[in-house]
Amino acid sequence: MIFDQPKAVANETQTRRRRVAGHWRWPLCIALVAIGAGCASTAPAPDYDALTDQMMLASFREEGIAKLDRLQQDQANAACSKVQGGRLSDEQASAIQQAAQKSVRMPADGNFIGDWRKGETLAQSGRGMTWTDKSAAPSANGGTCYNCHQISRTEISYGTIGPSLYQYGKLRGVKDPTDPNARGIIEYTWTKLWNAKAYNACSGMPRFGHAGVLDEGQLKDLMALILDPKSPVNQ
Amino acid sequence: MNIQTRRGPQRSLAAAMAGAMAVALMGQIPLAFSQQKSAADGIAEYRAMIADGNPAELFEAKGEGLWQQKRGPKNVSLEQCDLGKGPGVVKGAFVELPRWFADTGRVQDLESRLLTCMERLQGFDPVAIARTSFGKDEQNTLEALSAWISAESKGMKFNLPQVHPQERRQFEIGKRAFFYRGGPYDFACASCHGEPGKRIRLQDLPDLTTNPGDGIGFAAWPAYRVSNGEMWSMQRRLNDCFRQQRFPYPGYASDVTVALGVYMGVNAKGAQSIAPALKR
Repeated sequence: MIFDQPKAVANETQTRRRRVAGHWRWPLCIALVAIGAGCASTAPAPDYDALTDQMMLASFREEGIAKLDRLQQDQANAACSKVQGGRLSDEQASAIQQAAQKSVRMPADGNFIGDWRKGETLAQSGRGMTWTDKSAAPSANGGTCYNCHQISRTEISYGTIGPSLYQYGKLRGVKDPTDPNARGIIEYTWTKLWNAKAYNACSGMPRFGHAGVLDEGQLKDLMALILDPKSPVNQ
Repeated sequence: MNIQTRRGPQRSLAAAMAGAMAVALMGQIPLAFSQQKSAADGIAEYRAMIADGNPAELFEAKGEGLWQQKRGPKNVSLEQCDLGKGPGVVKGAFVELPRWFADTGRVQDLESRLLTCMERLQGFDPVAIARTSFGKDEQNTLEALSAWISAESKGMKFNLPQVHPQERRQFEIGKRAFFYRGGPYDFACASCHGEPGKRIRLQDLPDLTTNPGDGIGFAAWPAYRVSNGEMWSMQRRLNDCFRQQRFPYPGYASDVTVALGVYMGVNAKGAQSIAPALKR
């Protein structure tokens, strides 16, 4: 992996031929003409995106449950990587969000709310899906929620990458999660947990349901943690 | 940092305390850590307490000895190793790496370059060393060497060359690798290190898309980690980042690790190196 010289050298030659500029151009042109490679009169920038993809594939190996298919990007990840933290075009964002919305599976029994106590345990756990974890099954995974969000008032060790979820249900006026009036916020929240890209194409949040990281029962428990009026989060 | 297990402030501070005891500090350790105090404050206090006794110094001494010692199949020292400023020049080399090396035709970071020297001067098998787990055999050699070589540039400012076309190319590719989302969680390096003022649990996260400041981020590794009592090189730091990113396993000194080094190192231009630093 570190000494894949032949391929690297071949790529170098290609790239250099396209990249040479200024005082590099003429000596290199002469050298390249001499070996019959020819020389373009203009020097377009190398395709850095393609070079990055090649490099990623050449740099990693499989380890435990972390297989190489993890490097493959779907449309959303490819597009959001490419803008490097910037904004997608409206058309691109909307296409990704619509596809994400279609991916969401609502609970089969129509019940969205599980046990907030189990939800709190899940939210605390940052375990799962690394090459040192034995199983990729949802039962082996935590929700990693506190890594990025404030949730309950008593847990002061919370991250700030995502917004605070403290009093999430209370602030949105959810007094009874089964009330038809609450349906909108319930479905919105389920969708966010299942596939966060449904509302924000380049959301930094994992797609817990869509990626098969958490199962329906676990998602219901997380729903309960932030939406059940009895949960400490909503006190 | 390991963000996978729950780390309340009590627990991480307890680890810091235990570490402080372990290095045999005299006197009372202040126990007035309030819960409002950030982890960074606690760690800064702890650092100040043991400023004269960073265990990394033990690794530095070991590294200096290994540099001078005749080793390997050829029984030769590393004293003629060229880290970019000429054979045998160590001072100031660290803050200019990764850089282009004509003799390998590659941009190399410190550890990739050390592998080259161990191969060419001493006759070691670099592929076998790259496959060795961290903390074992010749990987221990590399960690000690990294500690000493980085210490020889302590207090100097990062100034990676961006002169050779390959150095500029590696910056561009490293930047793209930094923003490369993938894995089951859709994470990139930028997920945690793309904005200022963020944290995971109580751990402050440096924004590595810019210069995060003296002794922060790229300018703080290698480092001695109190929480597990180990010396971590930049390669090991990146390896554990990718583990927590839920990516596959990055090869030791692989192209992606070097390109990321170029991106972070160029961004850190002017930042003062405190490596080998002390981490929680």
